[in-house]
Amino acid sequence: MNATWSRFNLTSIVLGFAFLYLPIVLLVVFSFNESKLVTVWGGFSTKWYVSLFHNQGLMDATWVTARVAVISATVATVLGTLAALTLTRYTRFKGRMLFSGMVFAPLVMPEVITGLSLLLLFVAVGLDRGFLTVTLAHITLTMCFVAVVVQSRLITFDRSLEEAAMDLGAPPVKTFFQITLPVIMPAIVSGWMLAFTLSLDDLVIASFTSGPGATTLPMKIYSQVRLGVTPEINAACTILIAVVAVGVIIASLANKRREVQRQRDEQAAQRG
Amino acid sequence: MKSLGSIRRDFAPWNDPNAKPYIQFDKVTKKFGDFTAVNNLSLTIFEREFFALLGASGCGKSTLLRMLAGFEEPTAGRILLDGQDLRGIPPYRRPVNMMFQSYALFPHMTVENNIAFGLKQDGMPKPDIAARVGEMLKLVKLEQFAKRKPHQLSGGQRQRVALARSVAKRPKVLLLDEPLGALDKKLREETQFELMDLQQSLGLTFVVVTHDQEEAMTMADRIAIIDKGEVMQVATPAEVYEAPGSRFVAGFVGNVNMFEGKIAHGEAGAASIDAGNGITIRTENAGDAATGAAVAFAIRPEKIRISSKKPAGAVNAIEGEVYDIAYLGDMTVYHVRLDDGHVVRASTMNAARITEDPLSWNDRAWVSFRPDAGVVLTR
Repeated sequence: MNATWSRFNLTSIVLGFAFLYLPIVLLVVFSFNESKLVTVWGGFSTKWYVSLFHNQGLMDATWVTARVAVISATVATVLGTLAALTLTRYTRFKGRMLFSGMVFAPLVMPEVITGLSLLLLFVAVGLDRGFLTVTLAHITLTMCFVAVVVQSRLITFDRSLEEAAMDLGAPPVKTFFQITLPVIMPAIVSGWMLAFTLSLDDLVIASFTSGPGATTLPMKIYSQVRLGVTPEINAACTILIAVVAVGVIIASLANKRREVQRQRDEQAAQRG
Repeated sequence: MKSLGSIRRDFAPWNDPNAKPYIQFDKVTKKFGDFTAVNNLSLTIFEREFFALLGASGCGKSTLLRMLAGFEEPTAGRILLDGQDLRGIPPYRRPVNMMFQSYALFPHMTVENNIAFGLKQDGMPKPDIAARVGEMLKLVKLEQFAKRKPHQLSGGQRQRVALARSVAKRPKVLLLDEPLGALDKKLREETQFELMDLQQSLGLTFVVVTHDQEEAMTMADRIAIIDKGEVMQVATPAEVYEAPGSRFVAGFVGNVNMFEGKIAHGEAGAASIDAGNGITIRTENAGDAATGAAVAFAIRPEKIRISSKKPAGAVNAIEGEVYDIAYLGDMTVYHVRLDDGHVVRASTMNAARITEDPLSWNDRAWVSFRPDAGVVLTR
């Protein structure tokens, strides 16, 4: 590449990245602030990280969030995969259009409406709001995302793989577990990660459907911020950012390496 | 002994009235909605036969194969394998295996495990599986690739893995769906002979689907030519080429010159055909076509001689003008426009490197052929 940096290009790059990352950088910087005042720099310190781990409320909320995210992502992945299979495989059943529309509706549904309607449902059936209801709500929210991810993989899935397995003597169920599932597994895993992330950072639906004793981390942060931003919250957010960033970097590096390895293998195979 | 073509092989159960059919399509019809893919088709295949289903894409040949494998059920009619009606038997319980056009290798398994997959389904003991897999790898010369995954193989290697996987279970019948379609020309020719050797050494019955007539001619004992879900002709490659049963078959397999005309005078197989515009063709292969019948006279390009002077004593000689020459190395193809506008294709083997008095564009030339060189087609 031989691009020359014109002044215009440089300006747009700087502005663009500043727009995206300045708030995050500020947050990270101030999480190391000695001063209790968020906007005044008082020197470097890690004391807020220490006090964060002694803040029982925040730690409880983190634990709740982690459990909700793992359980809801797992259930949503199972349901979403089943929905995707049905939608790609049985293309001729009655009401397919309606069904697929209904599966994907939550993608575009305002979260407020999803949250409110779930709240009404839980109240109507007399379900006490708490851990269970948040988890159920998050399954509802994330299932359709999993379905979209898995479906896009299934569309390009070579059905003759399954036919070959059956031809070689594997009954349909065995074929599914030995052939179909392993082949679409990467899509299922990324569906799970998407569901996990969505559940992790959801505030709106959780606020509607959660109850006492099941406060999630985003809810906790939000409620604390209303009383004033403390450096402790900054520290919590910085840790969250670090966790997500590390996850993303590891995932993309692994992906990249696999891709490079694959290309090398294929070239080697063509040569030899 | 006089015979069509030049192949002699002592294997012709189809000529033996006592031979037991191995695979039978009995009045099979397959409809997909309103579309009839296979129409009331009957076909008999014998044990150890290398049988080719040849047709253009969408003619229903793949549907036949898929019905035999069990992926589709016939709408009407029966399919029998070794006397057993296959209706209702799912693919995983049929004693046939298929090699897929896309190879359908399991991408998450090594070559070894791909080949072992079918054997594991049968609950074969582990040492036996290992032995069989080793045998198969040796058969397709892929011993050193056992631990590779499919994406680490070249196209030709993948094809051989697919082949090994489909014969590993020693099926009664091996179905091959365009087995060489994805290979380049050179590799394809080599593989054709490998497949034939394999079929001979394993003693299996092969049913191959192809749209490539050369492939079908090279490999098959018999060819069924399929068009619009119906069988046009079932015959040996030599018969299909030298004695096509209809205008369709003559035109579909190889190149042909066709003269439409009427039988002017015929007796005991010999006849003159009035092809219009003063062209009269004398042939010994009129069969039982009656005088006055509208027929087509079909003659292959290599059976036509081309010369600059009228050959002495030729029974059939027509004059025209050379308007196109294609030099192909091993042979040269001439297109000669007869005086009535009809274009005749004649090909000459280049047996010598140097030709005396070669023909050129726009030269006057004579095309001539023997009375037994062409066939008369009534259908």
